[in-house]
Amino acid sequence: MFRLDMDNPTLRLIVRYMVLTLIALIFVIPIVFMMMSSLKPDQQLLADTSSIRAFLPIGDISFDNYKAAFERAPIGIFMMNSLFVTGTTVILSLLVCSMAGFSFVFLNWRGKNIAFSIILATLIVPFETIAIPMLLMVSKLPWLGLDGFSWGWLNSYQVQIIPFIADGLTIFLFAQYFKDLPKELIEASRIEGCSWWQVYWRVVMPLSGPIIATAAILKFLAMYNQYLWPIMVTQQEQYRPVLVGLQYFFQLNTAWGEVMAYLTIITVPVLAFYVALQRAFIASIASTGVKG
Amino acid sequence: MKKNSVLAQHNKAGWIFATPGFSLMVLFIVVPFILAIVFSMTNQRLMSPNKAEYVGFENYANMLDLGVLVVGPKVDANGSVLLDKNGEVQYPKLRKFTRNNPDYPNVQGMKEWFSFTWGDKKVAIMASDLVFLKALINTFTFVLFVAPLQGALALVLALLINQPLRGIHIFRSIYFMPVVVSIVVVSLLWRFIYDGQNGLLNNALSTITFGYFEPVDWLGNPDTALGSIMAMSIWQAVGFHMIIWLSGLQTISPTLYEAAKIEGASSWQTFRFITWPGLRNTAVLVLIVITMQAFSLFAQIDVMTNGGPLDSTQTIVYQTVERGYGKQDISGGSAMSVVLFLIVLSISLFQRYLTREKN
Repeated sequence: MFRLDMDNPTLRLIVRYMVLTLIALIFVIPIVFMMMSSLKPDQQLLADTSSIRAFLPIGDISFDNYKAAFERAPIGIFMMNSLFVTGTTVILSLLVCSMAGFSFVFLNWRGKNIAFSIILATLIVPFETIAIPMLLMVSKLPWLGLDGFSWGWLNSYQVQIIPFIADGLTIFLFAQYFKDLPKELIEASRIEGCSWWQVYWRVVMPLSGPIIATAAILKFLAMYNQYLWPIMVTQQEQYRPVLVGLQYFFQLNTAWGEVMAYLTIITVPVLAFYVALQRAFIASIASTGVKG
Repeated sequence: MKKNSVLAQHNKAGWIFATPGFSLMVLFIVVPFILAIVFSMTNQRLMSPNKAEYVGFENYANMLDLGVLVVGPKVDANGSVLLDKNGEVQYPKLRKFTRNNPDYPNVQGMKEWFSFTWGDKKVAIMASDLVFLKALINTFTFVLFVAPLQGALALVLALLINQPLRGIHIFRSIYFMPVVVSIVVVSLLWRFIYDGQNGLLNNALSTITFGYFEPVDWLGNPDTALGSIMAMSIWQAVGFHMIIWLSGLQTISPTLYEAAKIEGASSWQTFRFITWPGLRNTAVLVLIVITMQAFSLFAQIDVMTNGGPLDSTQTIVYQTVERGYGKQDISGGSAMSVVLFLIVLSISLFQRYLTREKN
């Protein structure tokens, strides 16, 4: 009978690495396949799926699909919109949510407990359940511009930004983190004559690096990857984010090479961001797990 | 008095700090939520010249109404049962009863959900909104499979990457990678992988089995479509929950493991008596997060199947959006939203109750 000598430490190590590598392949192969396919003409792309060539940059390699994708859709505009909407929301969200968290932890005011309970309760309201009434609501909100005729907030940047600035999870994460900061520090700075704003901006925020990173990452992913809401509220190209632009590539005879190129274009910024910061990324998301 | 005043006099500052966040949340979460409840009891439409009217629970009734129809077999002039050419008992067409039949007002406009024979009679369960019921069942199926499977796989991965091995953080990063890729991108990519003709999956399976594997149209077949979407969803999100498990694992004191080692505990015993009890809070968190995410299943459906084939991948959220946005029926969509919310609410209350008991 064939039996592995599992007491041999070297063999055990090799087996462990093999298992880890096999699993890694499962996670990475579809992404590699996407990137490699984006470089191939459709015919070769389809032919390659039956062999290992599907995952290798061999054959007729070019950036033609990217050129075609840029011709089919205004990808530059979409990408700028995505980055603008995501960036603005993340920054405003960090400010507004940390201020709220600060207020709930360090300040006393009437109605505080009720307000905090309401915020916690919103955690179990899935966005999808309020998307439809919100659509009707924003279509009636006054336009913040000078033009007379308006469809409310539909087709705008603010409709993609303002509703997502404050969210229960981010406020909750900040509040949890602030709770563990030493109260003496706050009192000491107050006695030194700091205003509450100075306590927040000069004392608390500089100590909150880890939670700012976590909240920023989670918010960035949520915003950049938003799909349902932008489909509903942006009918005009000029305001559409990059994921809604995918609709330009759905058609009867899908040009898969172009689709793969577009998918790669969408994925590369967030993947680059991830690869550059992966250790901090994973560490900061892990820290939210402990807190939750 | 002095000490108290430091804590009592920040009323104004407290309000100023909390107001931006709190008022935005009220405006964009609480108000739409209340509107959803209000709209669900009216006949509100997205763009309509007529004012909305109060209709009570009509939208809910339209969505959830069931009827039972018992029909006897077709008989000839002599009273003997008619058989079709396969020797099966013939029954009259159900639409005779559901279309403007004054004798059967309770099944007016309904469609057959499923039926069975009872003696010589056929019992048909009728539904007024068949698609929504299918969506309800598909959503529950999805949650019941995905929550435990994804949670368990994530735990296995977390245990694997919690080993003190050289370069282990590289594996952590790779396992987490699909999480940062948009689910919409992943869905479109997997649509190609699952493709019935040139799909990567079919070709890979056929190569591995030396051509014995018969190609399957994974998303085009009602038997495999939902399962395929489940597999892909687990693949995409499992890394996120793996990281949460990992953080839980790292809070367990190493001295416990050392003690277990000295006592000569097997690896299963170590897991059973040290690791698992130490993970209880993490387990609750992971399960709640997965369940909530699973209930809001939408993008995968929208990109991959549009609810088809034969409604086998309809989900509550997909129906909500199709009704409320696609068909501009705000009130119908809102009623579905409220139903979904009640489901999510009761499940989180249940999960909370379970965790309270144990503490």
